[in-house]
Amino acid sequence: MREDFLSTAEAPSGREKRKPSQQVERVAIRFAGDSGDGMQLTGTKFTESTALAGNDLSTLPDFPAEIRAPAGTLAGVSGFQIHFASSDIRTPADQPDVLVAMNPAALLANLGDVRRGGMVIVNSDAFTDKNLERAGYAEDPLPALRDRYRLVEVPLTRLNFEALQDLSLSQRDAGRCKNFFALGLMYWLYNRPVEPTLKWIDERFRGDMREANRRVLLAGYHFGETSELFPVSFEVPRAKIEPGVYRNITGNTALAWGVVAAGVRMQRPVFLGAYPITPASDVLHELAKHRQFGVKTFQAEDEIAAASSAVGAAFAGMLAMTVTSGPGFLLKQEALNLAVVAELPLVAVDIQRAGPSTGMPTKAEQADLLMALFGRSSDSPMPVLAPATPGECFSVMLEAFRLAVKYMTPVVVLSDGYLANSAEPWQIPDVDTLPRHGIAFRTDPEGFAPYLRDPETLARPWAIPGTPGLEHRIGGLEKQDVSGNVSYLPDNHQRMTDLRREKIAHIAHEIAPVEPNGAESGRLLVVGWGGTFGAITSAVDEARDDGLDVSSIHLRNLNPFPPNLGDVLRRFDRVLVPELNTGQLVKLLRAEFLIPAEGLSKVQGQPFHVAEIRARIEKMLEA
Amino acid sequence: MAEPVAKLSKKDFESDQEVRWCPGCGDYSVLANVQRVMPELGVPRENFVFVSGIGCSSRFPYYMNTYGFHTIHGRAPAFATGIKLARPELSVWVITGDGDGLSIGGNHLLHVIRRNVDLQVLLFNNRIYGLTKGQFSPTSRLGMKNKSVPMGVIDYPLDPAAFALGAGATFVARTVDVDAAGLQDVLRRAHAHKGTAFVEILQNCPVYNDGEWEAIEDKRTRVEAALPLEHGEPLVWGPKGRRRGIRIDHGVPKLVELRDDEDPIAAGVTVHDEKHEGPAYAFALATLAPPEFPIPVGVLRAVERPSYERLLEEQIQGAVAARGAGDLRKLLHSGDTWSVEA
Repeated sequence: MREDFLSTAEAPSGREKRKPSQQVERVAIRFAGDSGDGMQLTGTKFTESTALAGNDLSTLPDFPAEIRAPAGTLAGVSGFQIHFASSDIRTPADQPDVLVAMNPAALLANLGDVRRGGMVIVNSDAFTDKNLERAGYAEDPLPALRDRYRLVEVPLTRLNFEALQDLSLSQRDAGRCKNFFALGLMYWLYNRPVEPTLKWIDERFRGDMREANRRVLLAGYHFGETSELFPVSFEVPRAKIEPGVYRNITGNTALAWGVVAAGVRMQRPVFLGAYPITPASDVLHELAKHRQFGVKTFQAEDEIAAASSAVGAAFAGMLAMTVTSGPGFLLKQEALNLAVVAELPLVAVDIQRAGPSTGMPTKAEQADLLMALFGRSSDSPMPVLAPATPGECFSVMLEAFRLAVKYMTPVVVLSDGYLANSAEPWQIPDVDTLPRHGIAFRTDPEGFAPYLRDPETLARPWAIPGTPGLEHRIGGLEKQDVSGNVSYLPDNHQRMTDLRREKIAHIAHEIAPVEPNGAESGRLLVVGWGGTFGAITSAVDEARDDGLDVSSIHLRNLNPFPPNLGDVLRRFDRVLVPELNTGQLVKLLRAEFLIPAEGLSKVQGQPFHVAEIRARIEKMLEA
Repeated sequence: MAEPVAKLSKKDFESDQEVRWCPGCGDYSVLANVQRVMPELGVPRENFVFVSGIGCSSRFPYYMNTYGFHTIHGRAPAFATGIKLARPELSVWVITGDGDGLSIGGNHLLHVIRRNVDLQVLLFNNRIYGLTKGQFSPTSRLGMKNKSVPMGVIDYPLDPAAFALGAGATFVARTVDVDAAGLQDVLRRAHAHKGTAFVEILQNCPVYNDGEWEAIEDKRTRVEAALPLEHGEPLVWGPKGRRRGIRIDHGVPKLVELRDDEDPIAAGVTVHDEKHEGPAYAFALATLAPPEFPIPVGVLRAVERPSYERLLEEQIQGAVAARGAGDLRKLLHSGDTWSVEA
């Protein structure tokens, strides 16, 4: 089957190509239209075909929070960018080489990002006076574009309707197919296989809608082949990728599957307490599909109850977690605070989004780091982990549950809206090689005390209800050391506060030391965390290729830090910390290691461009 | 190993912690009666979990020699839901108060009842905040004066039983802290009910709201103040010579004066039916209040409906039956994949 898909990548069956094709190493395409135009679906389908064609890829969906903003307006523009190459890539690209704009608003919102001289394909039928006015254009922008871009005007609306003439579809249903015309055209232009999408259409649609989508997709494809507008097509050869079985995966799917995997490998059922919130809801949706794994998903009445139910499930012995985004994470802090003093294992995931408050729900930011560390009452330490890529969202959950159970502590995982929705090819791990950590509940009443700690990990025993002889009470009031009884004694509170801190700090000894990408020491070290990995690493690699003395490290452990972090930082003259916030990790590094680390801040709801980091590196090394 | 259930006694449910409520607090009586009933329920001691929020009543779990979790203000129903969904075989009891359950925790109480999670909620209603030293609560009477309202309460009070009925409760009962027999009977019924069993316990705070329930607590006046509910029996109360009944007509309660020897049913008095499908009848009962009416005590409503955790377990079994037990390898390889050869 797969081989068939791959062989069609080079020559779609029955669709022989006569026009010449030109090899290119990498391309970035952005599809843009109204939020009702199906741009996310178009991008997703193109991504699937591209993965099957054997390219490395990275995607950036970018859509408004409104489900259907007024048609034709800037507020309603939805975009999907895909970067694919025959070599290793890590970002969705700073500038698209090709923009597909379904209407004037999509053109206006996206044109500024397109590479000078790049290709701009527009639906010329949509450039009516009314649409131009809605988008805010005083005059038709197309004539001026002809000099600066490779402008291709395709009467997409008309071609779409022509393809559907004899079908009995409503005007509205027929109109909804036109994104597939654009998709088919792009398949031709970049020599992507059409079959996977045709197969998907067959599975997804019935009757006339199935026929309509098939026809329009192929009509777009053939339009590329026959129209004079496209003299050549392009081919991006397969990337040299480590052998294995691959699939596309978004951060949120990987995260949900990591949770399922943790349940399977630790042989305990999983409980998810969650409340719908963008961009975290997809984790709830995905986990809700997997009841056959014994996964219990509970859509609670609010964020507080979602977290509280997870703490309850942890007390009762399940692998418990809660997932949310910034505003919800704020509401969960009181339940997490209780989990700290009750010393119960659970995982809290914050898929960060732009804020403060409701902010920009569908846009990425990484500004909840300090909340994860310090956003609870009193001293309330917790391990904090952050995946660096969509694929890492899988393994981070296995690690988070391992730490939670081993150290009897809540663990925070910080993902973000970019990692959540971006896709990348992911090598499917061999299930048998995934870490397997058994869980040992306390069962022996002999010598049992709720807060009697393991001398090595400082973890208290996990003694779950239903175990005879271990009946005990826990709660939010300060605990007497060992007995767990309520205690207000001054020395005891000091001791328990110290123990809670030491327990988490002690985790550092089992964190892998950081190894710089580049040189062991030098003039400049770039330090990143979370979803900025791709942009930072690409910028540093490019700069090093050009002979600049710069290296990078990427932190997956934000609390505690890797044990050698201070040593590594001090081996460089200067330290740069790019973050999608106004300077949170940089503040921690300065406070913790007393070094003059410098920040590079971006808070536009968008990931870093490689060029932005590159420019700062160059500037710092000029001096 | 656990002792056989039959051998357990009240003492087995007393923890080694010194009870620290104020002298004369109604909570002592509730605690003693709960400890007395526990051994009769046929549940191994290790399967009991007491979950509470914050407030005087919420210290309750510390005094029970069972599993216990003293959680966050108002959130006990949410913690308890997590515990029950995780382990349906556990007997989960939520201990809350009028402030904890109906003010800060109103949302969670509403939803645990709505979902019909199989657990018991004991709401101690003393109509005052005790632990924070005497502010008015959502059940305090209009006009009551205290520290936070020196000129009197201007919030309209909430009736806990009516609230529970509005949330769709399948079991609602009301009882009195010092009425040992009535309280124990309600606890047994609450435990036997499959679904959320909501129990309002009228409880005296001797420090900040002493005498709030005096008429119904005092055995001498209880016969005047309380309407004892018995399924299948007419709504009749009062001492000899002051016998009265209640007719509930289209949701509107009416007093029926009765002679001592008069047949109340023939006189039009309503026969108590706790199994009415709709909540309107129970709601009318719940909102009866002095001075015109007595306070109904006993089981107001008890209807059967599948509990939440049972439906969840059925979905899991259904998924396994339809798709087979989860296969991680199959999941990771689902959808489009491709091989890269060496």
